[in-house]
Formats: sequence, C-alpha cells, structure tokens
Amino acid sequence: MSGGVDSSVAAAILKRKGLDVVGLTMRLWGSSRPENSKRCCGDRDLADARAVAGHLDIPFYVLDFQEEFQREVVRPFALAYLQGRTPSPCILCNREVKFGRLQSLAEQLGATFLATGHYARVDREGEGERVRLRRGIDSGKDQSYFLFNLDQRQLRSLMLPIGDRTKAEVRRLAEEWELPVAAKEESQDLCFVSEGGYRAVIDQVVPGAGGKCGEIVDSGGRVLGTHDGIERFTVGQRRGLGISTEEPMYVISLQPERNRVVVGLRRETRRSGLVAEGVNWISFSRPPDSIEVTAKIRSRHPGAAARVRGGEGDRVHVEFREPQTGIAPGQAVVFYDGEEVLGGGWIRSSC
Amino acid sequence: MKRIYLDNNATTPQAPEVTEAMRPFFEEHFANPASTHREGQKVRHRLEAARARVAELIEASPEEIVFTSGGTESINLAILGAARKRPDGHIVTTAIEHAAGLEAVRRFEEEGGTATYVRSRSSGDIDPQAVIDAIRPDTVLVSVMHSNNETGVLQPIEPLARECNRRTILFHTDAAQSCGKISISVRETPVDLVSLAAHKFYGPKGVGALYIRKGIDLLPQMFGGGQQGSRRSGTEATALAVGMGRACELARSAPGSYLERIAPLRDRLERGLVAAYPGATVNGSNALRLPNTSSVRFPGIRGEEMVISLDLQGIAVSPGAACSSGAHRPSHVLIGMGLGADLARSSVRFSLGLYSLPEEIDRVLQVIPEITAGLRGMGNRMSTAAGKEGDRA
Repeated sequence: MSGGVDSSVAAAILKRKGLDVVGLTMRLWGSSRPENSKRCCGDRDLADARAVAGHLDIPFYVLDFQEEFQREVVRPFALAYLQGRTPSPCILCNREVKFGRLQSLAEQLGATFLATGHYARVDREGEGERVRLRRGIDSGKDQSYFLFNLDQRQLRSLMLPIGDRTKAEVRRLAEEWELPVAAKEESQDLCFVSEGGYRAVIDQVVPGAGGKCGEIVDSGGRVLGTHDGIERFTVGQRRGLGISTEEPMYVISLQPERNRVVVGLRRETRRSGLVAEGVNWISFSRPPDSIEVTAKIRSRHPGAAARVRGGEGDRVHVEFREPQTGIAPGQAVVFYDGEEVLGGGWIRSSC
Repeated sequence: MKRIYLDNNATTPQAPEVTEAMRPFFEEHFANPASTHREGQKVRHRLEAARARVAELIEASPEEIVFTSGGTESINLAILGAARKRPDGHIVTTAIEHAAGLEAVRRFEEEGGTATYVRSRSSGDIDPQAVIDAIRPDTVLVSVMHSNNETGVLQPIEPLARECNRRTILFHTDAAQSCGKISISVRETPVDLVSLAAHKFYGPKGVGALYIRKGIDLLPQMFGGGQQGSRRSGTEATALAVGMGRACELARSAPGSYLERIAPLRDRLERGLVAAYPGATVNGSNALRLPNTSSVRFPGIRGEEMVISLDLQGIAVSPGAACSSGAHRPSHVLIGMGLGADLARSSVRFSLGLYSLPEEIDRVLQVIPEITAGLRGMGNRMSTAAGKEGDRA
C-alpha cells in the first residue's frame, strides 16, 4: 500500500470480498526528510497508507527496504545513466523489491497472494496452465508494461484487484467507501527523485562521476558543440542540447566510451529494429523462434507492429514493420498480442 | 485466538484498580485542585494523597514529588532545569539513554553548553569509573539511566550517586523502566533527581513524576499559575495523578512479584529462544538486568520482520525501539554495546509483565522455530534465485 488511491482501493476490494488482508508499505527511500514528504515513500504517504489500513481495520506494517532499494534499484539507475543508457527503475523495483523481497516476505508471513494496485490483469486458466498477464481495462492507465519480467511463480501468487476497472471507477469506489485518500492526486514522478532531480541521485550514488564535459557530434563525427555529462541525455531527446542548427536536432545515440552525444535530424533517429536481452517470456515456456507482436519500446509508446526472432541465449532481435524513433538502450521493450503481455526484454541496442 | 502481550517495556496495560481509582475524577471530582471551594478542596486532598503514594514508592517525601505529563517531561525538567542554570556548563551522560535524555542534552549543547556521552561496555552496562572520569570542574549535572529500556541492563546508580553527592554535583537518573519492577530508594541511594513514568507500571499514560531532592532548586521549564510550588505550572491532571498514585500503591503492596514470578518465566523464555535458533544470543546477559526484559538477537533475521511475523501469530513484541516512521535504524544501545548494524537489527525485545502467564511463554516457544526458520536470510535473498526455480516448476 503506497498511500495512493489505487492500492487503497485494491486493499478495500479484497477486504470487502471477505479475504484476510494484511497491509504492507515499503519504505524505500529517505527517512523523515521534509523534502521527500510529498513523494511516494515519504512520511505523508506512509501516514495515508496507515490511515486507510485503519479505516479498513486490517493489520498494517511498514517494511524498511531502503538497503535493498538502494542496491537493486537506485544504484543500477545511476550507473545506467552514466553508461549512456536510459534506465527503467520501476521495472527493476517491481522485479527485485516488490515481487522479490516483498513477495517472499509476504509468503513467510503466511500470505497466499500478494496484491498490488497495478492496472493490469492476471489470468489463471487452471491447474498446470501458464499464468498470463493482460493489459488493464483502462487503456489510459495500463501498467502491464512495468510487469513484463515477472516469472510464473511471481504471477501465480499475484492479485491485481483494480486491473478490470477504470481509474474513474477506482476513484468513485474510493469516494463511495470513504477511503481517507479518495481526493488524493496522482503521483507521477519516480519516488526517489526529489527536488534535486535525477542528477542529484547520480551524484549521491557515485559522487563526482557525473557532469563530465564532452563533445556533441553529428553522425559524421563533426563536432557541433559540447555537453556537460552524457547522463543528461536520452535517445530521442530534442530539448536542452544547447546547439544551434538550421533544422531541429535529436539525440540519436550516446557513446559512453568516448563521452560523446551523437545528434542528428529526425529521420536519423528512426531505426528499423533492436536487440533486446534479459528476455522473459510470460506466455511461453520455451522461447518462440519467430513471432509477430506489438512491441512497446517505452511506457508511453503506443506500440508498433514487429517480428521478434530468437537470438543467442536470452537475446532476441526485433524488426519493426515501420521504423521507430527514440529506441533508448536501457529501456524495456514489451511484446503484446492484443491484450496479452507475451513477454519482454531490455533494449541493448538499436539497428 | 487470545493475543499475547509481551511488550510491557513499551507500555503496560492499565490495572483495573487504577481505572477504578480514576473514575470519580471524570465525574464528581472534576474541580480544580487549586480552587478555594469545597469541591476544589476535596480534589486537592486526593491529589496530595496520590503524591504521597508516589513518594512512598521511592521512599521520598511528598513535597519532593512533582507531577508531570510523563517520563519525557520529567527527564526534560530534570536535565534542562538543572543545566540551564549554568548555560555554559557541562553535562555527563551516557550514550545509551532514552531519546528523551539524549535529546534534552543535545538541546543544551545547541544552546551553548557542552556534554560528554559515556559509552557502555559490551555487557551493556556503564563503567562507573568512566562516568566519574568524565566529570570536569564545570560539570553541572550527571545523568545516567537506572536501567536500559531495550536490554533491561541495570546501571551503576549507587556508586555514581555517592560520588556525585560527595562532589556536590547534581545526579539525575531516568528510572522510567525500573520503577515498579525493582525497588528504588532515594533514602538509601543519594540521587538528586529521579524521573518516573506511570504507564510503565500499570498506571495511565500521560502522567509521570519527577523526584526533586529537598533543597534543590531547578529552573522551571513551564511557566504559568505557579502550581506545584512553581516547579511545574499548569493545573494538575488529577485523574491521571490519582491513577499514578494507585499504581504506586499496587507496586509497593507486592514488591517481590517481578523477581519471584516474572523472572523465572523470563529465564525460561530465554533458554527456549536460545535453544530454538542457532546463534540466538541474549543481549546484555552478562550484566544484571531487569527481571522482565529479554533482548535477543537472531543472526540472519531482521528483528522488525520477526515482530511482524509474531504479531500475525497473535504475539505482540517489539524490535529494539519503536519507530513509527518505519525507518529501522539499528539501535544506538546495541551498536553502543559493540554489535554490528546487522546483529543490532536482528534483535527482538520481549518484555514480560505482571499479567504474563506461563502458557503464553509456551506458545511463543512453540511458534518461534517455524518463524525463525522461514525468515532466516530473507534480507539477503532477492527474487532472482527464487524466480528461476519458479519458472521450472
């Protein structure tokens, strides 16, 4: 329970079904620091989660996972930026902390299921069948992208009580049931990134590693300007390059080994394919050799038709029917068949 | 299932006799004890009787007792009331005090004073000589807790009180955790200031007392109508004070209860816990301790997770110190005893009370093996290993 509307309603739904519900909140970041009080794991949200648990009359506990979060999420997040990749910390957090550490602890505490307030749906067809993951009913809120790397064991004991509801319905339920957080606004940003922005996080993890000046070049190697740290850039980015050109320029790649930012015209950012690694298939017990999918290359990407071909180990090659822009190494690519999340992986490179 | 409460160092249940004694003060005895009229007089009479009960418990005189809002206020009044008389003075205290003591001393430092925090030995007790050695010519106060709230380890109050008395330096002890469990006599031990809290021995929450030895003049920390000899202004919380008086009376009427009945239960619990889990160790076991407290470390387990697990099994205990924010910093007391952060964090405090029963201890020992086996090593285990296994399943 994050103290937000979604997980609060999720808990309320289960409680109203008559299940034996225990509320858990993870303290992931910062402690009693006023600048964090409005963020996801701040004291305010913690107090809200506690208030909801009190309202529902369920046991409620706060788990201090700050060490795990730092090690498994924040540190990789910072290192990724320094290595010219664009990290997806929420996915790492889901796999390692929420559905890793938290889920095993919940099991030890005697829980049969772990429920969260994600907008996605879990399908348990029957004994022996693979558990499938589908998009949330509310297409605007769908969060299935963030759950692509859960394994069967994690999915089997996962409950997503609000996945078959829209955000509007969830909010209405919160009001109807008079949950103390019914009027609370949405949290959008990363929970651990506060006023100083993500560069402050990088500096905290690896002091002094960021902010290294380097060149901004075009695809022909021509120097167009300088930058003050490649961790400030993401593939596809247009703003904040600090160079003046006739036509708008976009970041097309980052070269950490040369500390260079490569920019180009919009057409140069288009790529026809990518290589993904660390691939996790939800719908298949053995990786398909070749399959047609809709591939999402970032959380807000609408998805694009593509063919996925198996590669070496847990790598795959993804070929898009239409070239895509903004394929950023470090982000997740998630494969859909309509509503169903087939699987996904981490973008290693575009091609 | 009937729940089992083993967190009596956090607070005790209120004795029914205490509740009974308080009841008239929510009803007919509502008057202000400072009032001239008969209503006020009657309340005043009972308030003073309660003060006498508190005094009797520690062998003091009633006029040496000031009622406060609890242990924290008593400690603040003692420390700041003594030290602020000489703003550039020096305090000697210990690193294992309750937060109320530590923070009051820190406040004095912020105001321009200085302080020395004497560390405990690995056994959990303070070396009295280390405290005496820290005394300087400008030392205005020595403040050492009577017993530690986390480990229950008794501190060397007797020799320290004598030495401070000899040097005419004020000596304060925070006896919140000791009072009502073991006997305290200000007649036998020449302490100058003693802080007490009613809710640690079956009295109500929200009331405490400070013993101020006759002749000692503290700087008041609360200003107003001059109640309690101007030492603590504010209308007395009569119902709470009467409740505290009754709790003191009960404690005095059965002085041996803890040692005779609770200590053997506690010892049995400890033996069982140590036997149930490899490496389980009682913190402070080499020192003299309160008869009801067991701080036990379970290497490889996070104390707070064990607390949750026990709670879901109907057993209320506590990690080292309670923290509402959910950020579990390793206990400064256990760290001070030389435990590493992981070991300190692996500790759980069981604190028994006069209502604890043998069958409750049996029940704890019955569930502990399974709980500890399940939680062991959780802190280092991440999803990857477990996940891969699941995929094959």
